[in-house]
Amino acid sequence: MTKSKTNPNAPTLTGAEILWATLVGEGVTDVFGYPGGAILPAYDALRKFPIHHVLVRHEQGAVHMADGYARASGKVGVAIATSGPGATNLVTGIATAMLDSIPMVCITGQVSSKVLGTDAFQEIDITGITLPITKHNFVATRAEDVAPMIREAFQIARSGRPGPVLVDITKDAQQATCVFDFEAAVPPEYRPHPMLHAESADMAKAISLMRGSKRPVILAGHGIIQAEAEAEVQAFAERHKIPVATTLLGLGGFPASHPLALGMMGMHGESWVNNAIQQSDLLLAFGMRFDDRVTGNLATYAPNAKKIHIEIDPSEINKNVKVDVALIGDLKQVLNTMAPLIDQAGEPRQVDVTKEWREEIRAMKGDASVRDIINLPDNGHLYAAHVINDIWQEAKAAGRLENTIIATDVGQHQMWEAQYFRHEATRSLVTSGGLGTMGFALPAAIGAKIACPEKDVWVIAGDGGFQMTASELSTIVQEDIHINIAVINNGFLGMVRQWQEAFYDKNYACSPILSPDFVKLADAHGIPGAHVTERSQVLPTVTKARTGASAFLINFSVEKEDGVYPMIAPGAALHEMVRRPNPLIETSED
Amino acid sequence: MLHTFIALVDNKPGVLTRIASLFRRLNINIASLTVGETEREEVSRMTIVCDAPENAAHRIRASLYKLEITRDVDEVGRSEAVIRELALIKVEAGPPASSSSSRTHLFELAEVFRARIVDLAPESLMLEMTGSASKIEGLIQVLVESGYKILEVSRTGRMAMRRGKHTSRVMKALGSKAHEDESPLDPDALPPSERIPNQFAEHDA
Repeated sequence: MTKSKTNPNAPTLTGAEILWATLVGEGVTDVFGYPGGAILPAYDALRKFPIHHVLVRHEQGAVHMADGYARASGKVGVAIATSGPGATNLVTGIATAMLDSIPMVCITGQVSSKVLGTDAFQEIDITGITLPITKHNFVATRAEDVAPMIREAFQIARSGRPGPVLVDITKDAQQATCVFDFEAAVPPEYRPHPMLHAESADMAKAISLMRGSKRPVILAGHGIIQAEAEAEVQAFAERHKIPVATTLLGLGGFPASHPLALGMMGMHGESWVNNAIQQSDLLLAFGMRFDDRVTGNLATYAPNAKKIHIEIDPSEINKNVKVDVALIGDLKQVLNTMAPLIDQAGEPRQVDVTKEWREEIRAMKGDASVRDIINLPDNGHLYAAHVINDIWQEAKAAGRLENTIIATDVGQHQMWEAQYFRHEATRSLVTSGGLGTMGFALPAAIGAKIACPEKDVWVIAGDGGFQMTASELSTIVQEDIHINIAVINNGFLGMVRQWQEAFYDKNYACSPILSPDFVKLADAHGIPGAHVTERSQVLPTVTKARTGASAFLINFSVEKEDGVYPMIAPGAALHEMVRRPNPLIETSED
Repeated sequence: MLHTFIALVDNKPGVLTRIASLFRRLNINIASLTVGETEREEVSRMTIVCDAPENAAHRIRASLYKLEITRDVDEVGRSEAVIRELALIKVEAGPPASSSSSRTHLFELAEVFRARIVDLAPESLMLEMTGSASKIEGLIQVLVESGYKILEVSRTGRMAMRRGKHTSRVMKALGSKAHEDESPLDPDALPPSERIPNQFAEHDA
């Protein structure tokens, strides 16, 4: 495309300028990156464009920030790095985005096309390396390639099941010039997956399964948020009075305070949720993929339940769990099409058919609350679950709950957050589910805050994960943004320790971990902080952090050996949960 | 079980790697893979034979379609397609003087199997055979059992094309349903799996 057929006034620009101009055309306002030799021409051109660039301290931070930005806003996140080590540092973050289906475009510099394949300085085959972890990737070797490839990258990233796309731009492509026409660079029309299949025969079957069901459960996953179908799901659940369980990534998609909300299901889901699923006669899976964390042992999963699966990715159908009806398409569209069909299918049921079922579940909840750590006296110990619940209470009392975003790291604290921070608003939880990437929280929170500056953003991280990307504290200060950081510090890699306790005879091999004084560390970066060692200090310190003028770090010294319960051991069925050992809490400190 | 897929893909560098990478990720062994040009310049045609459980076909097709470079994926069975491969087989066959009968015998075998002799050298002979995989394997087996020493075998892997005029599924929107037991000899008959396979039909009560 050297001449613009449509626009005689199209300017001649360098590839580097075209890169930014195309991003502006795609609606990008913020990017996260780190310069280097092969991407230098692009950085030189940046000043001519109204794009806010966040300089990170490690490229992994850049890609996690783009990820958090996308999760919080629904827009495509953009990360930029140079060739060689800059590009390889993105790999973990790209894989994180791939497994959680996050729309993202990563742009990497590349050595000049003349020396490709010669092991040049900082040359790496990043497109080869990221083949399995991107939806697609591109190499632009000429200035003419830049605009169409970037536009197509955005289209791929946000279409169908979203995911990360990488565009590798050689240095000479950035330096060469050509005519730039944003409109002419439009990608070919998006071809939806040919196996989308939600025909009326299947809908009729789904509806008849629903009519025959007295013990249904809706399983709501990340898809309900990505399809922007939260309202449709809620209306559907209320119309048919069906309780709703969510996956980790579905939290917030269905308000936790809703009478039909069950909470998170799966390996660390509450007992009533998992028991309800195992005893149900119909599962309606909306935008979820029956991940192994959610199902437990597949052979004994929901043995008496028929299954309806509404899913946009055909390759997920029958992958793990064999279903009775699959409606393959966009969740919002499918629900909107189905709703009137259900009403037409017969007179509305006069009797509240699921009433008994809901009462059974309520009784299960009541039984479980005896063991719930939230209801137990702390006897002077500081429990992570209490800390997290207090952060939730504080936000709620201040009327800020709907405007709070929590970014968690990975581990025990992540599970306690899912259990005890009751998300009401969609896109209020930013967490790495599929890959489970430690070090995710801090940069993802930064991305979320840049996306949603008016919201209160909390990092909830363990002492292990926090150390992995702690250097991004400087990014917070350089960007002058207010992020609240809660480090749940127990001196251990907690989840590893819990598994070693349960399955490896308490052989705590390499799980006790020495950390710096995080308050001093924050101070060295220019961020104030405080230590909390007692329950009574929690709420006032949380309020101080949230209402203060700047970022703030709180180091919570919590109980060293505490377990997340319930827990489902590998190979165990969803109802074979290990429960909290004893109504009276016993720990190694007693 | 062996599945045979015909994939029409973009004719661009790196496409072969993407497909191969996908099968590796799915942990499915590729028995053979051939790729070549088609009647359209921008489209390549791949015939992939892979070893996977019977019910994996849906997932493989769905995963192939997830790749941006894939335009069409068709799975073919033996009745609905013509399947061929080409093999070159080099057989040890000594100088005419000492084993004239063995050379003659080889010529006869070639004729029976309709293989061609494409190279005659003092101590060896090369056969070229085009046919179904079972025929090629049959020839090799007979050669071995007749006591010949096979020096080299090179096979292209299966290539397949649907019978009848609807050979290219890129010319789509055919929509009409086909019956399972339709005669394969009818050139205009639509192959039974012309429709997108609906796995859920299996467990209708």
